[in-house]
Amino acid sequence: MSELISPFVRSPLFGISISLLTFYAGSLLYKKTGSSLMNPLVLSMVMIIVLLLSFHISFDDYNRGGQFISFFLGPATVILAVPLYRKINLLKENVVPILAGISIGSVAGIVSIIVMCKIFGFDELISVSMIPKSVTTPIGIEISSQLGGLPSITVAAIVFTGVAGVLLGPAVCKLFRIDDKVAVGVAIGTSSHALGTTKAVELGETEGAMSGLAIGIAGLMTVFLAPLLAKLLM
Amino acid sequence: MMYVIQFAIILAICIIGNMLHDYLQLPIPGNVLGMTLLLFLLLTGIIRLSMIEDVSNFMLKHLSFFFIPAAVGLITCFSILEGKWAALMFISVVSTFIIVVVTGATVQILMKRRQYRE
Repeated sequence: MSELISPFVRSPLFGISISLLTFYAGSLLYKKTGSSLMNPLVLSMVMIIVLLLSFHISFDDYNRGGQFISFFLGPATVILAVPLYRKINLLKENVVPILAGISIGSVAGIVSIIVMCKIFGFDELISVSMIPKSVTTPIGIEISSQLGGLPSITVAAIVFTGVAGVLLGPAVCKLFRIDDKVAVGVAIGTSSHALGTTKAVELGETEGAMSGLAIGIAGLMTVFLAPLLAKLLM
Repeated sequence: MMYVIQFAIILAICIIGNMLHDYLQLPIPGNVLGMTLLLFLLLTGIIRLSMIEDVSNFMLKHLSFFFIPAAVGLITCFSILEGKWAALMFISVVSTFIIVVVTGATVQILMKRRQYRE
């Protein structure tokens, strides 16, 4: 690292400004292409990792600024109550099917993750990081650290999952003749959080609203289910 | 309401959630307790949506920005994950598939049964 820029790299300004710049660039690309696969978070992450690796800057140097951004994960989790509150009437109309669907689906998801991690021979650290990979990122990070996992692996798996949901969600519903609009929305939101919801919104108003509702509920349910199933099966 | 006050309310709820977690030794993360608390306060009308709406909308709109440092932290996991990337993607895709089918089928069966009864 040259003497000239190293004081900048070591200041919190570095992490904050490259995060802002790359996220801005990512958002522009997303708007230009309009594809949910051009996810600003993924684009920003890839740009920063490439930058750090190519200039031999350590993650600790980046995170001097990054930790200020991560501080907002707390408030970001708390305000997830707002979309849930706005959509609570949708839940009241179909409370049994929605809650049953999300809980059974989440259990099936967690069990399948634990079983597959065992088949691939993953150690506990990685398996536990994979368990909350279907929920919205701030809650996933919380569950992961509580289970003793590595939240960064969880975030990566959450993003893979979101992309998988965007690509597969509607097609899988069609294949299994799931055509009820509420069912499609809840299925996409439960399986692939906010990223999947961008796709559900394209399918229709009911699908989008139900998918958005499912994000918060699936997150809350997984908070309870994940430690329980982890203890039982691991 | 002013942005600063709105953010202060959200932070206060966040702090209460974390204090509840610490003092009561609950197995639920503090921030999630804060989220449940906010939902409760909104539903009971103790907090009106307008008291936090502008800041919430702003943060929700740019939510994924706050995940960037956690995502970049993946750089420190490269050695642990060596040779496991394909398996990770496989697990992510297959479990997503399973959740879509199980959730969708459950909701649809229960919705149809209800319509039938009506």
